[in-house]
Amino acid sequence: MDILISGLLLGGTYVLIALGLNLQYGVARIMNLANGEMLVLGALASFWMFVSSAVSPLLTLILVIPLAFIGNWLIYRLLLIPLVRRARHQGQLEVDSILATFGMSFVLVGIMVALHGEYFTYSFLARPITILQSTVALNRLVAFGFAVLIGALLVLWLNYSRAGMAVRAVAVDPASARLVGINVEKISALAFAVGGSVAAVAGVLISTFITLDASVGVIFTMKALIIIIMGGVGDVRGAIVAALILGLVETLVATLIDPGLTLASAYLIFLLVLLFKPQGLFGRAQT
Amino acid sequence: MKSADIRALVTAVVCIVLAALVPFVFNGYWLSIALTAMMYIALSTSWALFSGPTHYISLASGAFFGVGGYLVATGMSDYNQSFWLMMFVAAIAATVLAGLIGLATLRLSGVYFVIFTLGLAEMIRNLVSWVQNNFLGSRGLYVLTDFTEAHIYWMLLTVASAVFIFGWLVERSRLGFALKIIGNDETVARHVGINTAWTKVVLFMSTGFFAALVGAIIAPRYSYIEPNLVFSPELSFLVVIMALLGGTHRLWGPLLGVIPFTLIWEAISIWIPNFTTLFLGIAFLTIVYFVPNGFVGLLEKTRGSRGVKAGS
Amino acid sequence: MNTATNNPGLTRSGKPAARIASGRTLLEVQSVSKAFGGLLAVDDLSFSVREGEVLGIVGPNGSGKTTVMNLVSGVFSVSSGEIYLDGQDLTAVPAHKIARAGVARTFQLVKVLPGLSTIDNVIAGAVFARRRRWGSEAKSHARNLLDRVGLGGRQTQPVSSLTYIDQKRVELARALAGDPQILLLDEWLAGLNPSELQTGMELVQSLSDEGRTIILVEHVMDAIRSLCDRCIVVNSGRLIAEGTPSAVLSDPAVIAAYLGEEHD
Ligand SMILES: Nc1ncnc2c1ncn2[C@@H]1O[C@H](COP(=O)(O)OP(=O)(O)OP(=O)(O)O)[C@@H](O)[C@H]1O
Ligand SMILES: [Mg+2]
Repeated sequence: MDILISGLLLGGTYVLIALGLNLQYGVARIMNLANGEMLVLGALASFWMFVSSAVSPLLTLILVIPLAFIGNWLIYRLLLIPLVRRARHQGQLEVDSILATFGMSFVLVGIMVALHGEYFTYSFLARPITILQSTVALNRLVAFGFAVLIGALLVLWLNYSRAGMAVRAVAVDPASARLVGINVEKISALAFAVGGSVAAVAGVLISTFITLDASVGVIFTMKALIIIIMGGVGDVRGAIVAALILGLVETLVATLIDPGLTLASAYLIFLLVLLFKPQGLFGRAQT
Repeated sequence: MKSADIRALVTAVVCIVLAALVPFVFNGYWLSIALTAMMYIALSTSWALFSGPTHYISLASGAFFGVGGYLVATGMSDYNQSFWLMMFVAAIAATVLAGLIGLATLRLSGVYFVIFTLGLAEMIRNLVSWVQNNFLGSRGLYVLTDFTEAHIYWMLLTVASAVFIFGWLVERSRLGFALKIIGNDETVARHVGINTAWTKVVLFMSTGFFAALVGAIIAPRYSYIEPNLVFSPELSFLVVIMALLGGTHRLWGPLLGVIPFTLIWEAISIWIPNFTTLFLGIAFLTIVYFVPNGFVGLLEKTRGSRGVKAGS
Repeated sequence: MNTATNNPGLTRSGKPAARIASGRTLLEVQSVSKAFGGLLAVDDLSFSVREGEVLGIVGPNGSGKTTVMNLVSGVFSVSSGEIYLDGQDLTAVPAHKIARAGVARTFQLVKVLPGLSTIDNVIAGAVFARRRRWGSEAKSHARNLLDRVGLGGRQTQPVSSLTYIDQKRVELARALAGDPQILLLDEWLAGLNPSELQTGMELVQSLSDEGRTIILVEHVMDAIRSLCDRCIVVNSGRLIAEGTPSAVLSDPAVIAAYLGEEHD
């Protein structure tokens, strides 16, 4: 039961990470391997605000969201659009964006290491509370609550706002979206920026209950990617289920076998997905 | 055509002989740098043979390298096997591993492949540490041989030469032609009768083979081996950067990237070690935005534009 | 069965009528369906092609013609039904094996290998397919084929510098290079100007005169009339008519299917 609950709570934040990356990959067609660094930046901001001025991470969110939005928007405009424009086909854009975002990821890690090379440790709401007969830290619960809230807002935005509609249209088919008068470049930039802010938000939330450091981003990128592939690119429902599965399995392996094997367990899931369901849990065979 | 082949052959032989003389001219520090460069020449050239034509970015070098180093260490330390036997075993093991990974991932899009290889070294390291701590007892592994740096250097030179010969043969074979077609259009490749999955897997296995061989040969240099040392994700990135910087569409392209980059990397690691990560990032960005076709591309471009000027 | 041989007015010059009648069945498509999500692009379609025959497939835009080609050549696997080539089951076989069995095709949206020279594009078709050639043999074979499609002397040119029409010729030469048992041409004559069309039709005619088996997907009805021995009409993935081109094209159901579509 303990495992189930902490697995689900962890999965909740994974959902958020995967939603962010899904927006960037599914809509802007950029496999952003610097996504994890966005998350770590969020965590670093949260840590700083808390340690230097005792600002609650939940308040830091108000600052982090617009900053991450603008930062990611600029990255897309300045660094990624040139790649989109010069790409002669999707394959080339794929390779270029992988290399470019690797570059950004290393640059960000390099900068963060220079800023703060140690662990981001602080203690926020580290009180145990009991739900369903098992004890969890309050910060995990709060983070989970916020993750659900922000995830829900995101889904509502995608489904019911004009901009969200346009985002989904571009995700399905950029060429047709262009035909109905959608500015694909602008919408892609928007999706990329929103995706980046979501990652930063996830970082703030995660930093309340996991100790991060500057170089840990790549682990989160990996997990987000595994979740997206498991859930199916662009599939929100799939991402949620996949994130919860990953959270559960990792917690299971970490508590029952060895915490050193969480990555290996993520890989095992990844491998099974690739072998048996490469189009995602709910994907149809072939397109 | 024929005379160009002969000229290439002669150049290659001269280069190999000159490279073989390095330990007689340099020793100590510069020999160790030459050794590192030779290691990356083998790794990057072999990497480019697969990733150049197919555009699948492999980050698995670190994992295969680690398999090589670790198997040699554990074989010699725990099971009293000879270095040579373990080197052979390691290369075969990594080839099989590469084959399995390839079969699982290379049928799918390039993104899946990069992601899978991205965490591979780290994952295998975790697994190996876990097995070692829980079942084998966490003793250190010693690789004690009487190899000198020069010996290791010559062995690496042999591997690098083998990579070049292999690449030269592939380029002239149906396999190489198939690979070129796959890189151009995979659908067409299938429709002219190419088993695309198999072709990619075979080449990927060759990168596994050579990387493990290099890892095995390097192991005696460290003499004390632990998983953290040999399963290095950083190595995978360095291999990619050096190959791309040199240019992957020519067999000798990666060579042009390895030599300057090894020197710069060495300098940075000594003088500003805190900036290595930042520098890796800058190197990636530089390649994507300024030298997308590597130094070879730049060379060919300047030569090409000069040719046009001369012609007009 | 209604074939070209029953209608002497349509038997084309050069081809012995008797051979078509006696030709054995080469390709057999049996109640094949293909669904894309909810869309049934091919719906319980059956037809067969005999050796040496030119079969036309016509139908309005989006009726499933290209999808049929994709199923035969193995781009997709069928949702149900079976496909046989010369008695060999190709239903669940991957595309490269289908190509080796002797199915070659061109693509509606031309697909050349942009990084290769013109002649290498053709050699690509010769090395791995049914009849395998390599080295100088492949080269001279490719050279002959380029001459044949009217691109002699353009061998070393990068294929990306060729015009769209010439790229289509390269694609045809590539398809021929492996000596296929059956050739699938997906709107290979589309987008040609009248004189190019004339040359193109003569080329296809000459391939047929050699006894090659061809499936021709076309919107150009003149080409269907003059090149095909037999023709099937699909609409919304279903077979709606089958027979000689002239009979089929005057069928009221076919005219109804095309109504509102331009046709010549
Ligand atoms: N890969 C695919 N995924 C989803 N739907 C597809 C796919 N390929 C084809 N379709 C759909 O199947 C139907 C048949 O398409 P197809 O391309 O076979 O028509 P066609 O007869 O070749 O048309 P045209 O004359 O315009 O070439 C169309 O509705 C098309 O949108
Ligand atoms: Mg079509």
